[in-house]
Amino acid sequence: MRTTFLSNREIIGFVVLAVLILVIFPAALDTFRLNLIGKYLTYAFVAVGLVLCWGAGGILSLGQGVFFGLGGYCMAMFLKLEASTPEATAIQSTPGIPDFMDWNQITALPWWWEPFHSLTFTLVAVILVPSFFAFIIGVAMFKRRVGGVYFAIITQAIAAILTILIIGQQGYTGGVNGITDLRTLLGWDIRTDEAKFILYYVNGGLLFACLLVAQFVRRSKAGRLLVAIRDQEDRVRFSGYDVSNFKIFVFCLGGAMAAVGGAMFTLQVGFMSPSFVGIVPSIEMVIFCAVGGRLSILGAVYGTLLVNWAKTTLSESFPELWLFAMGALFIGVVMAFPNGLAGLYATYVEPQLRRIPALRQGGAKPAPQNTPAQ
Amino acid sequence: MNAASITGSVTDFLLAVEGLTVSFDGFKAVDDLTFYVDENEIRVIIGPNGAGKTTVLDLICGRTRASDGSIKFKGAELTKLREHEIVHAGIGRKFQNPSIYEDLTVFENLELSYPKGRTVVGALAFKRDAQVIERVEEIAAMIFLENQLDERAAVLSHGQKQWLEIGMLLIQDPELLMLDEPVAGMSVAERKKTAELLHRIIQDRSVIVIEHDMGFVEDIAHKVTVLHQGRILSEGSMAKVKADPKVVEVYLGH
Repeated sequence: MRTTFLSNREIIGFVVLAVLILVIFPAALDTFRLNLIGKYLTYAFVAVGLVLCWGAGGILSLGQGVFFGLGGYCMAMFLKLEASTPEATAIQSTPGIPDFMDWNQITALPWWWEPFHSLTFTLVAVILVPSFFAFIIGVAMFKRRVGGVYFAIITQAIAAILTILIIGQQGYTGGVNGITDLRTLLGWDIRTDEAKFILYYVNGGLLFACLLVAQFVRRSKAGRLLVAIRDQEDRVRFSGYDVSNFKIFVFCLGGAMAAVGGAMFTLQVGFMSPSFVGIVPSIEMVIFCAVGGRLSILGAVYGTLLVNWAKTTLSESFPELWLFAMGALFIGVVMAFPNGLAGLYATYVEPQLRRIPALRQGGAKPAPQNTPAQ
Repeated sequence: MNAASITGSVTDFLLAVEGLTVSFDGFKAVDDLTFYVDENEIRVIIGPNGAGKTTVLDLICGRTRASDGSIKFKGAELTKLREHEIVHAGIGRKFQNPSIYEDLTVFENLELSYPKGRTVVGALAFKRDAQVIERVEEIAAMIFLENQLDERAAVLSHGQKQWLEIGMLLIQDPELLMLDEPVAGMSVAERKKTAELLHRIIQDRSVIVIEHDMGFVEDIAHKVTVLHQGRILSEGSMAKVKADPKVVEVYLGH
């Protein structure tokens, strides 16, 4: 009856994932593939946020790419400014500003780019800009009791609007190409194999930090309230809670996690573009979460890895097939295994594991049917 | 009790509903309704289907906004408050269909209703301390669920779910408890236990009950209000109401 932060079973789950990400992948893969895994894992931040918003709270956002993108763009702006020293851009008609600005006949750095000269400001902005944006959307929607399908459609529209805005404001945002040719972070070349290796570990560390935050929220009374809101919103309201505040909170938290993923994406991949902001990437992120199991934070990480691995493998061999495969996967998840990989694990694998005596004490308390393995 | 038509009058009733009206697209579901509930009074609202009984509870708890009129609780106006603020003022509402959190355990259902940590920060920092556990166990024993604390609420029987929801209200210790058909759909044995439960919980608080089961009503009511087409048809003791020819015609005679 008493809650502990992590049950034994959950500790095993965390450790297995940590070994996989922090030991097995780096040992088994070359830098190129490891960097690819690092890129996949940046999407896992979004998927973990979605487990909180959608799985626990029942808030389906089809616009998480917005927060991923905002975080990524904040980081890209800092890196771009660092790469645009007057010496490096001497051939431009206005040296010292990002190249795409020069191409678009802009002759001075816009005022809102200025603070991104500071890394501290950038790191704060990576979290706060998307959180604040999520807060505005959350207040506007949840205080008015907009939810369900309507909320999903509106978030999708916001993703579309932001994409159009970024593409349209080419001189300020790099347009459809995005912000490219990023080189150094405080003088440290992020393009080398060594840097990619280190960034992979930073990314992994941050992902586990997010997982622990997510675990903390789910274990807290706020986490149980989110489940209660998903099931019986009115009952929660008439038990004396301002339901909208909890929804706003979890939506902001999900947005902030997506933003950290976006910033790490920029660092590891070396650019940021509107193709990670719009409707299609946002929906893909929901699929990662759904495949992993929308109730399970660890499942979301596995789902993200698996779907992206499949995407890369399939599109390397049969590029035209990927979209069909993705569609089939989504239908499969919805029709056949609604709780995703985590649900399959809880149904088929765990009962087998429980027969092993050494694990039995760990899993002494059987999982409730609807909350599959963490 | 003469129906004071001046809205906003000061009374020493626990709940004063005056001139309450709500219309949905011109249809007046509740029409110029005035009634008062005393402290420690058990008021039962009866009436045929569509009389506006549930709407009255919806109006009091803020689920539906009044078109006109006033609802005063301990002298404070409720019609402008938001739902959770009305709960904080001391009013608890049980819905007609058991509305509980099926994915959570009985313990968690009660714990979430415990009036502590109601803000986001409060809920994140909430600790399941001895006081909470003791209170949850105390309530669980009262609603006959002390052996089901660790079970998921979804597996409870219909009657047990109704008790659980009553328990979720009790743990907040409201001064005014509103129950919408608490014994509907219950077996005879469950009904008896529920009556026993209600008799115990109505100590030291006022209760408004909507109920169709006349035996049950007779058993618990101090005073009965008969609603018909959004208006009060009759009000008074059960004996008086039962003898009222208008009531017999529209409700009891059926």
